[in-house]
Amino acid sequence: MNIEELASRLLNQDKRALARAISLIEDGGVEARALMKRIYPNTGRAAVVGVTGAPGVGKSTLVDGLTAYYRQQGLRVGVLAVDPTSPFTGGAILGDRIRMQERGTDPDVFIRSLASRGQVGGLSRATGDSIRAMDAFGKDIILVETVGAGQGEVEVMRYAHTTLVVLMPGGGDEIQAIKAGILEIGDILVVNKADMEGADRLVRDLEMMLDLGPESPWRPPVMKTVASRGAGVAALAEKIEEHRQYLISSGGLDRKKLDQVSSQVEEIVASSLLAEVMSRARAAGTWQEVVDRLSEGTLDPYTAAEEVLSRHGLLSEEG
Amino acid sequence: MERTIRVLVGKPGLDGHDRGAKVVARAYRDAGMEVIYTGLHQTPEQIVQAAVQEDVDVVALSILSGAHNTLVPKVIEGLKREGLDDVLVLVGGIIPEEDVEFLKKAGVAGVFGPGTPTSEIIEFTRENVKRK
Amino acid sequence: MDRDEKRERREVFMTVSGAPIKRKYGPEDVADLDYQRDLGDPGCYPYTRGIHETMYRGRVWTMRQFAGFGTAEQSNERYKYLLEQGQTGLSVAFDMPTIMGYDSDHPRADGEVGKLGVAVDSLADMEILFDGIPLDKVTTSMTINAPAAILLAMYIAVAEKQGVSPRDIGGTIQNDILKEYIAQKSYIFPPRPSLRLITDIFAYCAEHVPRWNTISISGYHIREAGSTAVQELAFTLANGMAYVQAGIDAGLDVDSFAPRLSFFFNAHNDLFEEVAKFRAARRIWARVMRERFGAQNPRSWLLRFHTQTAGCSLTAQQPEVNIIRTTIQALAGVLGGTQSLHTNSMDEAWALPSADAVRIALRTQQVLAEESGVANTIDPLGGSYFVEALTDRMEREAQEYFDRIERLGGVVAAIEAGFQQREIADAAYRYQKRVESGEYTVVGVNKYLIEEELKIPLLRIDPDVQARQIERTRRVRRERDEVEVRRCLRDLEEGARGDANLMPLILAAVKAYATLGEIVDVFRTVFGEYRERAIF
Ligand SMILES: Nc1nc2c(ncn2[C@@H]2O[C@H](COP(=O)(O)OP(=O)(O)OP(=O)(O)O)[C@@H](O)[C@H]2O)c(=O)[nH]1
Ligand SMILES: [Mg+2]
Repeated sequence: MNIEELASRLLNQDKRALARAISLIEDGGVEARALMKRIYPNTGRAAVVGVTGAPGVGKSTLVDGLTAYYRQQGLRVGVLAVDPTSPFTGGAILGDRIRMQERGTDPDVFIRSLASRGQVGGLSRATGDSIRAMDAFGKDIILVETVGAGQGEVEVMRYAHTTLVVLMPGGGDEIQAIKAGILEIGDILVVNKADMEGADRLVRDLEMMLDLGPESPWRPPVMKTVASRGAGVAALAEKIEEHRQYLISSGGLDRKKLDQVSSQVEEIVASSLLAEVMSRARAAGTWQEVVDRLSEGTLDPYTAAEEVLSRHGLLSEEG
Repeated sequence: MERTIRVLVGKPGLDGHDRGAKVVARAYRDAGMEVIYTGLHQTPEQIVQAAVQEDVDVVALSILSGAHNTLVPKVIEGLKREGLDDVLVLVGGIIPEEDVEFLKKAGVAGVFGPGTPTSEIIEFTRENVKRK
Repeated sequence: MDRDEKRERREVFMTVSGAPIKRKYGPEDVADLDYQRDLGDPGCYPYTRGIHETMYRGRVWTMRQFAGFGTAEQSNERYKYLLEQGQTGLSVAFDMPTIMGYDSDHPRADGEVGKLGVAVDSLADMEILFDGIPLDKVTTSMTINAPAAILLAMYIAVAEKQGVSPRDIGGTIQNDILKEYIAQKSYIFPPRPSLRLITDIFAYCAEHVPRWNTISISGYHIREAGSTAVQELAFTLANGMAYVQAGIDAGLDVDSFAPRLSFFFNAHNDLFEEVAKFRAARRIWARVMRERFGAQNPRSWLLRFHTQTAGCSLTAQQPEVNIIRTTIQALAGVLGGTQSLHTNSMDEAWALPSADAVRIALRTQQVLAEESGVANTIDPLGGSYFVEALTDRMEREAQEYFDRIERLGGVVAAIEAGFQQREIADAAYRYQKRVESGEYTVVGVNKYLIEEELKIPLLRIDPDVQARQIERTRRVRRERDEVEVRRCLRDLEEGARGDANLMPLILAAVKAYATLGEIVDVFRTVFGEYRERAIF
């Protein structure tokens, strides 16, 4: 299938085209870029909600509940579930769909699992473009689930307009969350498994922490849910909408979107430049030469980089 | 770079014996593939829709309830209906001789019985997966 | 030369579970052992050596071979035949739709009706199943978990129709939902409401059906899912403790229900490891029941168990070899002091066992009981340095698991976190790799292969079974008093939302011919459905 055909089928809401498009995006070649150019004009409509938190807090169950809620409102929903790839084998097991089984056969729900595939920055690029592909396809709302374990996931949440940080009572994961810098990215804090002991205490602790935090026009609300029974999901969805209205009225939404695209441009420039410079340096033998001198110990890495750049990069005449 | 092979591992039907499915899922992962694990108690339609959305190269089904002759053809029909004729369909479980023939005619590429080493399943998958 | 003599065949010697075993065991390994405290005579606390004073010298174990396929009519005929032959214990295996709470006409039941057992949709099916069988004269074991309360209610209803008081019926329901989440995965509702159904059964039976064994706490399926021996032991006993705690939390006196608890274990290949497992199980349970739960009645301290040889150890390759595996496993069960035993037929793991295979399986038990001499004395391995050290180690390692589960917030929280599932999946994968690398030998599979054709015979269930069953259930729905059914289901829903004991409400519903699927649907609405997390 050529790119033009793929794009037009995607824009015509062909699910298989969307699925294939996301695979192309994951592989990250020139074709993906061509596709993205073609569908970009059709993006920008969807609301993007990020859901993050420690393993097992109930993110997928919550995403499932929110999906059911939005479907009742007649909205078309896309779900991206991002899981880490094994750094050793390059393989991954993606299991978030398990919780969304019932929704998977609804023609207006599209669920896709993404593996991080271990590349730095690669995950966030693939996620960002996959969101766009779903947006162009015509999804009204896109839910993105990631395990809130580290910087990579925080990066992913850049693409969300509203980020939910999910916690559960017991297990002291609020402390983990603070340490990992995850709490700060939350526009809404969700205490899930509110049917378990200690939920109210966790809510109080979080409120207290927010009280101590800096003054801000949007104070993240703390919401209680029992995702496994769907309790509190409607109220949560209302808060998400409230946050969206706040973003729109404060101009924050446009600012976020602009931030995203401009930093994406930066990323594309950086990665293209890197690829270009490196391929020239390799072709000309400069790379091998530099590596040899590094191994002899006759060169330091700083000078080495400068030499590569001055011969093949921006500082060179041929560039 | 080689495209990463994506495999759906699922258990259609009502039996819950997932030891084999989980071992195979891990073996695929350790062989560098991406496994979409759809879990237990799946209807054929759920498996088909997952295969579409996840754009998988392989659908590997584990069935121990004896209902394979009902469930597998439904999955294959669904895949065809959705235009996924190039997906490799594998079945693992306790499948009697006569039924192996039936399943292969229905479009199953490989049937793996009890005691099959995972290395054999992986090799078969690598050799038979159709590149997109 | 000298060095060669000391060299061993391998670097480490391991059990089938992967536990390392030393070259020899001696007095130093049992230095802390105190006979009275840690072993005790047979029939004495802590029952390490056995729960009876006479054990098999009094009566050998019960040879209980489970079987059950086909329709209610076929099973009924089979039961009558077995009763004529002098058997008094019946067992019922249900088909997957029944186990999962679907009526035979539910789309999800398609292709599975009557396949692995009988389909029971309504009281009408149960009436056929036990037609002409006096329920006060037999005991019936039903392998059923998530919908156990409903099938027990149907059984009670059949008894009442025969004019038999529930006080006079006896039998067992498996009713062990926790191991379903952990291993066999035939769950329907989330853990907490499921536990409530179980304690409702405890309470109801203590009062109305006193001879009923209300639960069979099962390690068998945990082991089949690929666990180690220690995991089987630890997770099963932890589940047992969770049930006892749930009963106590529901306001029951521990001695009112604990004597009716029984266990069900697997017997795998590694003889000594298995024997140690059974011995450790008795000791741990006795101590926990007396010390932690304060049970006063010595019957509450006894761990009674049924054993089945390991289905997962059977191979489709050179199937006759399975007879030998089963023999060793059965021996482990006997040396471990089991109360009853099922020996697998050599083709049981993948086929409806042939009559010859079933006979040999039974003969295996008879040889053990009557020819081998192993039943002549109690706990013949007691006092062996090796077996005592292994028993201790089992107990210690089980305790480590209890502690880890406790730290995770108890059995249910650990299940929800996927702890037990992950431990088992890890063990299963490790085992698979050991087999594939040849480190662990499976005769006929990775060593000593022969040219052979693997033939899995066809198990053809009459294709009309499903259609006929659906027709029967639809007829039941047409002919029953619909108003009464609706009323019962409404009462049931209200009861489920509150905290009434659900057994009487279920009983009323089944008597009105509400179907299993309809009753389960009420619970699905109120309790929700359980869905497991992907654990790898
Ligand atoms: N008691 C209780 N359990 C819940 C609730 N929500 C989810 N669970 C259970 O928590 C477990 C984990 O749920 P998931 O939705 O898979 O959690 P997750 O955060 O997506 O997990 P990962 O994707 O593995 O990080 C499951 O067993 C759910 O059934 C809740 O509100 N209360
Ligand atoms: Mg998840």
